[in-house]
Amino acid sequence: MAPTTAETILLDHGSGGLASQQLISGLFLKYLGNKVLSALEDSAVMDNQPGRLAFTTDSYVVDPIFFPGGDIGTLAVHGTINDLAMRGARPLCLSLGLILEEGLALSDLERVIISIRDASESCGVPIVTGDTKVVPVGKADKIFINTSGIGLVADNVEISTSRAQAGDKIILSGSMGDHGITIMTRRAGIALSGDLRSDSMALHTMVQLLLTGLPPASLHTLRDPTRGGVATCLCEIAGSSGLMLEIEEDCIPVRAEVRAACEILGLDPLYLANEGKCLALVAPDSADQALALMQACPEGAEAAIIGTVIAGAAPAIPGSHGIRPSLAVTAGRVILKTTIGGTRVITPLHGAPLPRIC
Amino acid sequence: MKYVDEFRDPELTAHLLHELTAATTRPFRVMEVCGTHTMAIFRSGLRALLPSQIELISGPGCPVCVTSASHIDAFLQMAELPDTHLAVFGDLFRVPGSNGVTLAHARARGAKIEVVYSAVDGLELARQNPAELVIFPGIGFETTTPGIAATILAARQQNIDNFMVFSTHKTMLPPLMALLDDPALGIDGLLCPGHVSSIIGAAAYQPLAEQYDLACVVAGFEPTDILQALILMARQISEGRAEVENAYTRAVTWEGNARARAMVATIFAPADMSWRGLGLIAGSGLAIREEYAGFDAQSRLALTVPESKEPPGCLCGEILKGIIAPPACPLFGSRCTPSSPIGPCMVSSEGTCSAWFSYSGETRSATAITN
Repeated sequence: MAPTTAETILLDHGSGGLASQQLISGLFLKYLGNKVLSALEDSAVMDNQPGRLAFTTDSYVVDPIFFPGGDIGTLAVHGTINDLAMRGARPLCLSLGLILEEGLALSDLERVIISIRDASESCGVPIVTGDTKVVPVGKADKIFINTSGIGLVADNVEISTSRAQAGDKIILSGSMGDHGITIMTRRAGIALSGDLRSDSMALHTMVQLLLTGLPPASLHTLRDPTRGGVATCLCEIAGSSGLMLEIEEDCIPVRAEVRAACEILGLDPLYLANEGKCLALVAPDSADQALALMQACPEGAEAAIIGTVIAGAAPAIPGSHGIRPSLAVTAGRVILKTTIGGTRVITPLHGAPLPRIC
Repeated sequence: MKYVDEFRDPELTAHLLHELTAATTRPFRVMEVCGTHTMAIFRSGLRALLPSQIELISGPGCPVCVTSASHIDAFLQMAELPDTHLAVFGDLFRVPGSNGVTLAHARARGAKIEVVYSAVDGLELARQNPAELVIFPGIGFETTTPGIAATILAARQQNIDNFMVFSTHKTMLPPLMALLDDPALGIDGLLCPGHVSSIIGAAAYQPLAEQYDLACVVAGFEPTDILQALILMARQISEGRAEVENAYTRAVTWEGNARARAMVATIFAPADMSWRGLGLIAGSGLAIREEYAGFDAQSRLALTVPESKEPPGCLCGEILKGIIAPPACPLFGSRCTPSSPIGPCMVSSEGTCSAWFSYSGETRSATAITN
């Protein structure tokens, strides 16, 4: 049954007037309230903290907004926390900006806000400031969320894609493609048997364990392979470090359901989005220890070493008639050793993954 | 994963490669007809493992790649019509027409274009939007056509009269014969498309084997399927035989699927068809029969398909004919990439150029692989 007007978002809710206040106190503060947010000041003032600040922002526009394994609210919390964690930052607080489409069911908004509360509480990262706008029907798709996050980076921590070094082991924290395939099959209305669910998950606790558990400076690079997938992420690391990365197809964890769905839809899980995974590049001497630390966390239970960073020029790919790639593309190359023992290069995602004719 | 992992087994692959090397007694040139073969060979890394005496060239079997620019222009025309929805296969979405405009551009300008997984999704869209016309641009070979025919039959049974197909459907054998008539092609064997063959049957290649003295082997799409087919081919070539053999017996029979062919024949009649890069080939297409004209966008909308030119500098035609390999095209990897494709072979993930670009790491090279 269609919700009654009282149960839907109206333009009035974004007017800044009484309806806005009711939404803020009746919904947002009810679930997200804390000392800083509930003061309803124009900006949040945080206590002085030691260390360098990490600052990031991300917008979330997923369709459908609810899906197995999470919803747009969990993504908005986990995604921004993960972006902070990928620089070795300890997340401190988040902002929450909502753009709501007129007519959105209040019950759906409440469900999203409860998800945001649950994710924020379990991560220990409060929402400290926020904003809401409402746009007319058709000017947005139900709900768009922006979260920005501030984190603190300890003085001895230097994590960056440019710090990848020859010899580093490449660890993937778990199976790839879960989020991307879940969204694509839901969007297309394709019902596949098997438990396809998003991997939406925060990684900052595992990252802090790595930072405290590993020898100083042995963790070089962290990156979360969201849109564009593991393939594009590896290409970015290769590009910014100027090194070659070699990964082994057989070592990359992919859940059987995800593989099967990809086979049916003609998709490559290397290019599908993840929302709770990271790639970690670790000095070879510390790789086994890093793997053990990750596997001891629920978010890294299926972590695996998937490859190695190697220096030097890429060899010509056999079977390409001896044509050597030009120098311009030799650096920053990602090579995949395939299951059957062949090799091929991995290139970044071009355009959105689309269903194919055959 | 059952039925997949067995066919990607590294030990079996190594064994088959050994056997292939032993069976290869002279250099030979194979055309893999189907785009899915092209991609499978690159993606599995098989290309890097094959004996150097075997040269693989990609044929005209990527349905998106052979869709002429004028047909894309017609799709764009339809997308601009009022109260009209286009339901398209995803890989058609980024194919440029003759002015470089794509359906993706048209959608960004407000045209109603939905990416669908099958024609049935288009029919469903028509059912949900009775006040609008839903047009499905029909592309593809014998593998795709039965599904389109079944959808048109379903539309008639369900009295859905706002659903139409613009047929650019093609058949596989006429262009192969047109290519083989050119002695410059110089191929010794055909890796015959597995999915098309499941419909037309392995027997369909008998005339090719006989007339053109070709080793024709039907192949599946997993690495060991392809290796097994190449072994059969290498043996034929070594022994001077030119026969049709079937290395994909789990999907393909000698006779093929007569029921699917009958369904296609109910809806479609042979017609001349224009191919990207190959031009007009007599009897190589399928037009919707008069009895089903109500579902034929081309006749119902009285659309005139505009004459069009190939994009300047684009060598997709030469590539589709197997005359050059993609790195020999001056646009390859520079102006023409999967992000901004100029020619159709770069658009579809199964296109020859896209496969070379994505999996071989090649950029433009002066080395043309010519005869």
